[in-house]
Amino acid sequence: MSTAVQTSAEEKRAWRLRGRMGMLLVLPGFLFIVVFFAIPVFSMLSMSLYTQPEGAATGVFEPGLNFGTYSAMMSTYWDTFIRSFGFALIATVAALIIGYPMAYLVAVRLRGRPLLQGLLLVVIIAPFFSSFILRVQSWRFILADEGFVVSTLETLSILPEGTRLTATPFAVVAGMTYLYLPLMTLPIYANLERMDSRLIEAGGDLYASGSQTFMRVTLPLSMPGIMAGTLLTFIPAAGDYVNAVMLGNNVNTTMVGQVIDSRFFQSVDYPGAAALSSVLMVIILIVVMAYVRRFGTKEIV
Amino acid sequence: MAASGKDLVLEGITKRFGDYTAVDDLSLHVPAGRFFALLGPSGCGKSTTLRMIAGLEHPTSGRVYIGDEDVTATKAHQREVNTVFQSYALFPHLSILENVAFGLKRKKVPDAVEQAKAALELVELAHLAQRKPAQLSGGQQQRVALARAVVNRPHVLLLDEPLGALDMKLRRQMQTELKTIQDEVGVTFIHVTHDQEEAMTMADTVAVMNAGRIEQIGPPDELYDLPATAFVANFLGKSNLFEATVTESNGDWLSLSFAGTTTGLAASRAVQTTGTIVAGIRPEKIIAAPAGQPPASAGSGWAKVPGGRVTSVSYTGVSTEYEIAVQGLGEFTVFAQNLHSTGFTEGDQVDLWWEESNLFGLAGDADTEAGIEEV
Repeated sequence: MSTAVQTSAEEKRAWRLRGRMGMLLVLPGFLFIVVFFAIPVFSMLSMSLYTQPEGAATGVFEPGLNFGTYSAMMSTYWDTFIRSFGFALIATVAALIIGYPMAYLVAVRLRGRPLLQGLLLVVIIAPFFSSFILRVQSWRFILADEGFVVSTLETLSILPEGTRLTATPFAVVAGMTYLYLPLMTLPIYANLERMDSRLIEAGGDLYASGSQTFMRVTLPLSMPGIMAGTLLTFIPAAGDYVNAVMLGNNVNTTMVGQVIDSRFFQSVDYPGAAALSSVLMVIILIVVMAYVRRFGTKEIV
Repeated sequence: MAASGKDLVLEGITKRFGDYTAVDDLSLHVPAGRFFALLGPSGCGKSTTLRMIAGLEHPTSGRVYIGDEDVTATKAHQREVNTVFQSYALFPHLSILENVAFGLKRKKVPDAVEQAKAALELVELAHLAQRKPAQLSGGQQQRVALARAVVNRPHVLLLDEPLGALDMKLRRQMQTELKTIQDEVGVTFIHVTHDQEEAMTMADTVAVMNAGRIEQIGPPDELYDLPATAFVANFLGKSNLFEATVTESNGDWLSLSFAGTTTGLAASRAVQTTGTIVAGIRPEKIIAAPAGQPPASAGSGWAKVPGGRVTSVSYTGVSTEYEIAVQGLGEFTVFAQNLHSTGFTEGDQVDLWWEESNLFGLAGDADTEAGIEEV
């Protein structure tokens, strides 16, 4: 009597085949990750442990287990790490403060006006259309000593006479904030855009003022967007190199990226560069994991 | 639970969106503690009216009063009014208990959580207090939405087609529950719906809306028994409407002539008492009898329309719905209770009989098709 319920051999074969098809589709992505991520990470980690034989020429290393490179690098460059993460944090917060209202305006306030929404979205994305280097370079002009910004701020007595903005930490952070702003704004926009506006109305209906509704309803519901935006900003900002080189000085704006660069190309110290890169990667990993654990909002659909 | 309901008064409310007038010079007075239904087809302006009471929209002109207070200019969060939204609009990131306590906490009620728990008891969902809305079924979400609104003891509670998303059986059950809860809390309920049966079973006063205006207002049985417009006659239940001429009037009674037949009509049940009018009769108030055989109940004060032919029969269990074509008058719908196992079949020749006191009269220029829902 149970013949109808049992699966036939034919059906089982069909399922197995479907299973194999699925594996086949995953394969390209898997190979990509192995070749371009797993192997490089492994070679970076092993390179960081290489030793330099006595009397060998510059740039010649042999496989080893020299953990001393890590302590040497960290004791020299710990302050650079702190600065890198500090700059990245400030830039992320600044981008959030600037980007969130932009996203909110386009996604919530301009709901039902697709033309205006589209136009403003293009404006948000537009910087991506021009070269990355050019955009950083233009900040040098904007912040130049004789430039409009500095002279205006001086005239208004917001800045004391003779202040410099170029080649300062301010310039580096400003450059990073600007550069990563779209990466902050777009995920928040995408999140707010599909938020049910009736929830905002429900907040008002339940005695919450505009700002209370924002704090209690809109903001918590946009956490996934904020998470994505802050991670997309913070991670590249922590490893930033271009802004520090082009907008900074070599004294108090040096970031880890620059140190890795100079270790690699100038000192030809491959294990040192690899150790610094590994530490950077591990710290970012830990910070991100802690952050996602603390603020992660899996339950929000 | 003390009654907290207050009167709701709308005075000449008009709402325009661009060129479109959603609500047109609407005035309304709902006494405290009533269960009031705004009934109408989609796009008739009933939801817009509700949103203006809630403060989610502001009228282009006119005034809104809750109790004696003019709240026209106030915002939604300043009004002692709560809404059960059509889609429930529960906050997905908050637990059921937090959802229900939301309004009380904003009002800084000291025992917000205790009251929220009591409200969940009221809708029999206390055991789900810690769940998230997405983990609840549609019917449960609906009850949470109701608890979240009722718990604030608003002066007026608004229900925006709250049962629309539920299946038939659950809807029936919720209709009863809503009515019970309303009795218990004594809040003024304004219920917006396009379901005439829902409006009639739940509300003690129904306002039928059409194209931004109220067509007629009154208790459900009065509206059904004596519709004042063709729209109400057709939208609230079904009606057979036909043109007839007033040939005689003796004050209380009119004599109507139509398609070679005559019937009486009580003058008090006619909107218009002279000239050509539109007369109407409900399908269950017509008796179809085999041609030439008067039904047993017929006597004086009954009218007979001969020459009908059954064109369609639909059997629904308790009753059978007949479409009967009458020469010169068009189609009549007749509901016959299935008291006997024999009925008519298509093509049978029948006479239609009705008690003249059940007839109602509408204005002669009424559009007999108004309010018939297109399926």
